Amino acid sequence: MSSREQLCFLDKVEPHSTIGDIKSLFYKLYPRWYPARQSLTLDPKGKFLRDEEILQSLPVGTTATMYFKDLGPQLGWTTVFFAENIGPLLIYLLFYFRVPYIYSDRCAFTSSPHKVVTMACVCHTFHYLKRLIETIFVHRFSHGSMPLRTIVKNCLYYWGFSAWLAYYINHPLYTPPCKSFYFHPSLACSRFLLQICEMGNFSIHLSLSHLRGDRSRGRRFPVPSKNPFTWLFFFVSCPNHTYEVGTWVSFSIMTQCLPVAVFTVLGFIQMTVWAKGKHRAYVREFKDYPAVRVAIIPLIL
Amino acid sequence: MSAAAQGTSKAAHGDVAPKKKKGPGALATAYLVIYNVVMTAGWLVIAVGLVRAYVARGSYHGLYYSIEKPLKFFQTGALLEILHCAVGIVPSSVVLTGFQVLSRVFLTWAVTHSVREVQSEDSVLLFVTAWTVTEIIRYSFYTFSLLNHLPYLIKWARYTFFILLYPMGVTGELLTIYAALPYVQKTGLYSVTLPNKYNFSFDYYTFLILIMISYIPRKSIGRLHFPLQKSAIRKTGYTG
Repeated sequence: MSSREQLCFLDKVEPHSTIGDIKSLFYKLYPRWYPARQSLTLDPKGKFLRDEEILQSLPVGTTATMYFKDLGPQLGWTTVFFAENIGPLLIYLLFYFRVPYIYSDRCAFTSSPHKVVTMACVCHTFHYLKRLIETIFVHRFSHGSMPLRTIVKNCLYYWGFSAWLAYYINHPLYTPPCKSFYFHPSLACSRFLLQICEMGNFSIHLSLSHLRGDRSRGRRFPVPSKNPFTWLFFFVSCPNHTYEVGTWVSFSIMTQCLPVAVFTVLGFIQMTVWAKGKHRAYVREFKDYPAVRVAIIPLIL
Repeated sequence: MSAAAQGTSKAAHGDVAPKKKKGPGALATAYLVIYNVVMTAGWLVIAVGLVRAYVARGSYHGLYYSIEKPLKFFQTGALLEILHCAVGIVPSSVVLTGFQVLSRVFLTWAVTHSVREVQSEDSVLLFVTAWTVTEIIRYSFYTFSLLNHLPYLIKWARYTFFILLYPMGVTGELLTIYAALPYVQKTGLYSVTLPNKYNFSFDYYTFLILIMISYIPRKSIGRLHFPLQKSAIRKTGYTG
């Protein structure tokens, strides 16, 4: 786009064609820029045009001028999410089973005697399995794809952190929060809270997915349903993020491991940014959006 | 109906109008001028202190002690520059400025101050001298720029001296960190070992080695910054 040269001239395009059709025509002329890589705008600094938009509805006359930008290699969201989540799942297990060269040779292929370490492994593994299942069966992604650079960055973040926290939890010198796992109230509470949050998070994802799927009634914002976990929608716009933060807080309490706490804080900051953005978008789009709702923490944030 | 992706007529060379910078208001400008004058003065104090101590002692060993306090004060004061970017009165990236300032502050406090044994090393003098000359030129450059009266000499000095001062500073910094390594390892400075209640460990020795390695990509990018800026200015004829 910075070269400002004329790339092509498409003649005899039907007025009721969509941007998607234009992208396909463009792709025929320039085979290396497949439609997902194309960003077309009416104004060099404007927002990109969505694929579903129809030429007729755009503010153009008999001739339309569009600006093209190459978004770089793209990967489908499903691929991205899959890669981001399979890494932590497997990496943590490498540490749990104490694969050689991580810890000292004496400890290779042993496991920690502490029950809390086993419980942490089960929770962590379950968490990422759940995410993988949701990626394949539940989530409906809005944009088709994501740039390659983002997937590398995201994978480094998730994989790196899971290695860092798995290292300490499964370390031979790990200090468990208490001697006996099942009778300590804080551990029982954290385990219970974790399970609640996982179920809550899953319920919200299901609810959002149904909302997406049911386009027949137009765009609507999510509302509480009969499922008690969705009642958090009374208070927040993004209860899935709320539950996710809850999961990681529980995991931090359960393991009493500083790297887990750091990961929780960073995740909380990122999810708050996302939740606030989503909340603003909802408020802008829906005039009747409930006033009591905030972004992520009920009544506070 | 036809659609086209086309160019506009603004693409002629040399026709690029200077980007209208969203400049700071009058109050912010006044504050920035004061800030930059104070910093210029501060680093001049350090420079004078170095020269006087050298003349008094007759040798350049251990000159760090004569300027230790103003160095710490004025280098730490540069943290304000991150705030300036965050608030928007300076059109620089918070992240980039943050990295630069924190790198300096790290070297001042976490290496030179913390590991007493390196304070008498010559490498400390090497980077302190590089920093001093660089900062005097840089802050006076900003002062004059803010007052819209930049003498060509200062601009020339900034881009030219950089060629010598940058490698000088980097060398001094690396040698200092390297000199600190054995002491850090011996005393376990700033390190946390397992087992402990928070299930966390940190080895400052390894961390310093990683910092040294990170100099390669970080400083190569920094090394290119000024030559790129200089050629960009020459191409467009726009002087900031």
